[in-house]
Amino acid sequence: MTASVFFGCTFIAFGPAIALFLFTIARDPLRVIFLIAGAFFWLCSLLLSSLVWFITVQISNKESSSQQKGLLIFGVVLSVLLQETCRFGYYKLLKKANEGLLMLSAEETMPISIRQLAYVSGLGFGFMSGAFSMVNILADSVGPGTIGIHGDSQHYFLSSAFMTMAIVLLHMFWGVVFFDSCEKQHWWSLAVVVISHLLVSCLTFQNPQYVGSLVPTYIIVFLLGLWAFFCSGGSLRNLKLCLTCKDKDFLLANHRPR
Amino acid sequence: MSTSDSEEDSYNERTALVASEIPSVPSYQQDPDQPQPADMEPRRRTVAPEPAAEPPSLDRSAVEREPVDLEEEEELPLKYGAKHVIMLFVPVTLCMVVVVATIKSVSFYTEKNGQQLIYTPFTEDTDTVGERLLNSVLNTIIMISVIVVMTIFLVVLYKYRCYKFIHGWLILSSLMMLFWFSFMYLGEVFKTYNLAMDYPTVAMIIWNFGVVGMICIHWKGPLQLQQAYLIAISALMALVFIKYLPEWSAWVILGAISVYDLVAVLCPKGPLRMLVETAQERNEPIFPALIYSSAMIWMVGMANPARHAEPTNQDTGSSDEEAHRSEGSALARDWVEPETQVSSGMNRSYSTEDDLDEEDRGVKLGLGDFIFYSVLVGKAAATGGDWNTTLACFVAILIVSVAVRKTKCWRRK
Repeated sequence: MTASVFFGCTFIAFGPAIALFLFTIARDPLRVIFLIAGAFFWLCSLLLSSLVWFITVQISNKESSSQQKGLLIFGVVLSVLLQETCRFGYYKLLKKANEGLLMLSAEETMPISIRQLAYVSGLGFGFMSGAFSMVNILADSVGPGTIGIHGDSQHYFLSSAFMTMAIVLLHMFWGVVFFDSCEKQHWWSLAVVVISHLLVSCLTFQNPQYVGSLVPTYIIVFLLGLWAFFCSGGSLRNLKLCLTCKDKDFLLANHRPR
Repeated sequence: MSTSDSEEDSYNERTALVASEIPSVPSYQQDPDQPQPADMEPRRRTVAPEPAAEPPSLDRSAVEREPVDLEEEEELPLKYGAKHVIMLFVPVTLCMVVVVATIKSVSFYTEKNGQQLIYTPFTEDTDTVGERLLNSVLNTIIMISVIVVMTIFLVVLYKYRCYKFIHGWLILSSLMMLFWFSFMYLGEVFKTYNLAMDYPTVAMIIWNFGVVGMICIHWKGPLQLQQAYLIAISALMALVFIKYLPEWSAWVILGAISVYDLVAVLCPKGPLRMLVETAQERNEPIFPALIYSSAMIWMVGMANPARHAEPTNQDTGSSDEEAHRSEGSALARDWVEPETQVSSGMNRSYSTEDDLDEEDRGVKLGLGDFIFYSVLVGKAAATGGDWNTTLACFVAILIVSVAVRKTKCWRRK
């Protein structure tokens, strides 16, 4: 336990996200700000859903376990819907801000495109969501103890870490697809995003049968990843060019004159 | 131009996710390889500055600096506004991290043994909730009045040019911070980790720490060391507040201080506004000591014989810390506006570095703001054992501070 579990779980849960942050976001202050703003919007959605949750739990019957379970399901569904609503709100805000800036700016192009914003805001949502899921677990894992000593599953920390990684990546993909479908007014793909979010969250009700929740989740991650890739302009051709280092745009943009 | 399919963003230098070169920032340091304060900067500087990348952007900025003042400023302030915001995020985050780490590990700062500061004489161990609330409000009133009185006192001193008095006051405060408070802190850390230590070693450590701190802050020193000391001092002060302010009083005080700051800075007769205006009339910088600067320090290393108020740096002694804190924070907020004015090229009296771009003058934040934010986050960390609360406070503070600064900038403009 302790240090190895702590570091292992941290890197599993946040490794991809931190790598993405370091390589693509950290250098550009504007992106960092939008990332943190995205995290803030996720926090707002959580605040709202936790308010509702708190009130309903207070007025509910604390003895009946079926009611509590029903309340939990209700809470999860509400939270997902509120998160997506906040994502939409953030999208609207960004659109307005971008338009305002474009009007005032002397440049013809915006300093940051809506696609980059989609990526950055999705990652912001993911960071915050993952942090909220994982941070207390990580803090506990540093201390002494045995997981599941009272008969619960021993894989709790590890599967939480994997779930968190999936959620972070998913939020990023959802962000990309969401903004893209808002731009193109494809409301059906918006609905698919919301439904997939609901699906992933509801899959977690199968815990502690972690296989039942993790495997479908990762399938969804993969599928959504593909969808986001194609949404943001990727294609097999692009991918091939990129991997064989023949992508002229990329090379030109990163051209280092000698 | 693009061979990619998307119409919306062609892949070029702007839209590349993985950044290409950015024109290097000429820095104050004699050693040009010294890493910059912000996290981002070292990465930028490790990429060799490209002559091809530089001239276009410099040309562009040169062209844009020409007469059309209104339009040109829109794109640049956005980018450099963002850069400045990040330059502030990093030290604020560092300070908060230090405070939270200390709170979570060193139990001394969360132990309540009934001791309170003399500024908050009313106890919170009352029988009823109403009484407790009343006591915390009374504590707040006392604390705020102390701050107001100190601020007015400082403004009066400044107006009548009692620079020596102010100077002495600040030196005394920083002496106390650097020696006594850090000694206490070190002692508590040793106790927590059960490390054996002898007095001569501690004396040596504290002596060196303190003296170097005094020199860095009040005289000349490497920029990063000065920043590190300012952060350390803010963290120490915040920890003292977290320990000695009772729970409810702390939260009410935090709320009241925000209101007071806004009032004191934006109100025409506010003491801080008067202070800033007096300093501007006299063409002097106001107590750069109380202010964390992320770039070029005006006074450090600049031989400027015309000044009377030589580096009246750093502050935050415990008794006058509130005054300085609030001044510092309000001053710093006010300072953003002169900064933006300067960067519009209207008033260049402070620019001792004419070769720097206007944008690279960096940004200043009052130490009071550091302390304020750190107390907020520290209290959140201390109150609940929950890390989620701390994280939420941290993100909220970052966003709200950015929003407040931007609003103030725009209101002033």
